[in-house]
Amino acid sequence: MNALTRFFARLEGPQTIGRGPGFWIGFLVVLTGACLYPQFSDGYTVGNTVYFFTWVFMALGLSLIWGYGGALSFGQTAFFGIAGYSYGILTINFGAAYGFTLVAVVLAVAIAALFAVLLGYFLFFGRISGVFLGIVTLSVTLVLERFMAQTAGPEWRIGSARLNGFNGMSNMPPLTIPWPGGDIVLFPDVQLYYVVLGLLVLVYLLLRILVNSSFGNVLVAIRENPERAEMLGYDIRKYQLGAFVIGAALAGLSGVLYTTWGQYITPSSMGMTAAALPIVWVAVGGRSDITSTLIGTLVVLSAFQALTIHGSQYALVVMGILLVLTVLIAPRGLILSGASRIGRLFGKRGDA
Amino acid sequence: MDVGTLAFSALYQFGDAFAFLVLSACGLAVIFGMMGVINLAHGEFIMCGAYVTVSVAHTGLPLPLAIACGAIVSAMVGALVELIVIRHLYERPLDTIVATWGLSLIATQGTLILLGSTMAGVGTPFGSFQMGGYSYSLYRLVLFFMALAVLAGLYALFNWTRFGVMARATIQVPHMAAALGVDTRLVYSLTFALGAGLAGLTGGLYAPTMTLVPTMGTTFIMEAFVTVVVGGADVFLGTAPAAAVLAVVKSVMTSWQGQLFGQIGLLVTVIIVIRVLPKGISGFLLRERA
Repeated sequence: MNALTRFFARLEGPQTIGRGPGFWIGFLVVLTGACLYPQFSDGYTVGNTVYFFTWVFMALGLSLIWGYGGALSFGQTAFFGIAGYSYGILTINFGAAYGFTLVAVVLAVAIAALFAVLLGYFLFFGRISGVFLGIVTLSVTLVLERFMAQTAGPEWRIGSARLNGFNGMSNMPPLTIPWPGGDIVLFPDVQLYYVVLGLLVLVYLLLRILVNSSFGNVLVAIRENPERAEMLGYDIRKYQLGAFVIGAALAGLSGVLYTTWGQYITPSSMGMTAAALPIVWVAVGGRSDITSTLIGTLVVLSAFQALTIHGSQYALVVMGILLVLTVLIAPRGLILSGASRIGRLFGKRGDA
Repeated sequence: MDVGTLAFSALYQFGDAFAFLVLSACGLAVIFGMMGVINLAHGEFIMCGAYVTVSVAHTGLPLPLAIACGAIVSAMVGALVELIVIRHLYERPLDTIVATWGLSLIATQGTLILLGSTMAGVGTPFGSFQMGGYSYSLYRLVLFFMALAVLAGLYALFNWTRFGVMARATIQVPHMAAALGVDTRLVYSLTFALGAGLAGLTGGLYAPTMTLVPTMGTTFIMEAFVTVVVGGADVFLGTAPAAAVLAVVKSVMTSWQGQLFGQIGLLVTVIIVIRVLPKGISGFLLRERA
């Protein structure tokens, strides 16, 4: 029991909203609902929910870098694309046997993280901050998109994987779990749902522990005042690089899951519009709290899809308006502002 | 091919790249230098200028006049955007970037809905000339001289006019300028409109050379970003030398490996430059001078 309380204590802290038995009972109710949900729904809808879930990892990573660390990383989709393409190249070349797809997931995320280390070293150790950080990361993303878009020719191949330029790569194998008596192939249906849901809960809880640890507190201190954090003896470059790499790895995880979900990845998933969407999700929900980011991302994504179905071309305009209005009216994010208002209403302690 | 022709060809490509970088970046740099804000809708102001220019040119007006219309309309749209959105965010420069990104989404998709996926362009004027067996577009030379003219015009505006004095005072110490009776809000509005107008001018100037699509802004925006990052906050000590340096990189890489490698070369240069000179060329020059 003591170990359990200690575990819960590490999940709570000044950097996350939601604490105490009430919140965790609510969390368990939602989790139970999420676990039971496929029983009451059809395969297509469940597959579609998995699609939403795949994006949440990227949003959580952006929340860590931008919301907690205060660094504008506008290039999350670059890592998304790198990991997605890496997964495609690896699995098309080496197949799905012996659980290689799982190895490919790890490798693809590692490749994205490695790219982030390289880029982040130049950015943070060059002490790029604020505005410039945003536009350099965005430029990297735009160039990467253009690079992938021109790989249509047959000379652009890695092993037996054609990059296919603007049309993108397809037909990579889906995630496959080796199992005695026949591998389990995770098509975008109930099986993949449980795997992704499990990953999501794991990442969410680990991020809660991370942001409430001393690392997270230093990160917030850097966001609030970099000079002060430095005067207190912290090497802010290392902390920012650390957050950047973790965020990039999460974006990479999104990319891999997206690729396995649709067995498909294109350069436009890295472009200007694609890069703007995570910003919308995270800003609208509330970037400086991972719970708000998580809920906000799912809400905005489902609203976006509903709009796409009913008035496809207006969906992006609505996203743009939503972003501008959020920045003007509720700069902390709609859910975070709402949550703090409710928190005040009930007179709970803390600033949440 | 003799040395003279080769030198001319290299110079021509340098001029072309230089003009593109200066014109792409000047509007962004004016706004950034003044307010420390990066306008992510910069590409969409360029797109606006190009669309207006082509629409006006289709009615039969001469191209220079159409380009002027494009610049003026963009400046007016810029003033409007400043009034509705940017004005409320001066205390929060980082949020301004996010808001302008939202505007960029609205503008790109809005144009697509209203005007369709493409628009009939106008042909490139002036034709071409021959030099050593190669043919060169005369319009590219015009663009080069326009880039120089824009730089000269901005220099004159900021140094020799009343607006320029007030703007420079506002850049240096906004509160002091306000205390001395400068309407800093008006200065900010005018600067934003100026930046948007310059973007519109760029759009108008390049409209005859490219296809008009709602996403055409992204063609310019990466070059504009790169030039402003390398240049730093000052238009004359930053943007112009940065464009000159980057134009060498871009033209060499482009003629060696093609358009895309020109851009990759730019990006790599930027990442190396910010590692060495975090405040850009102008930050370096101003530190040396101080």
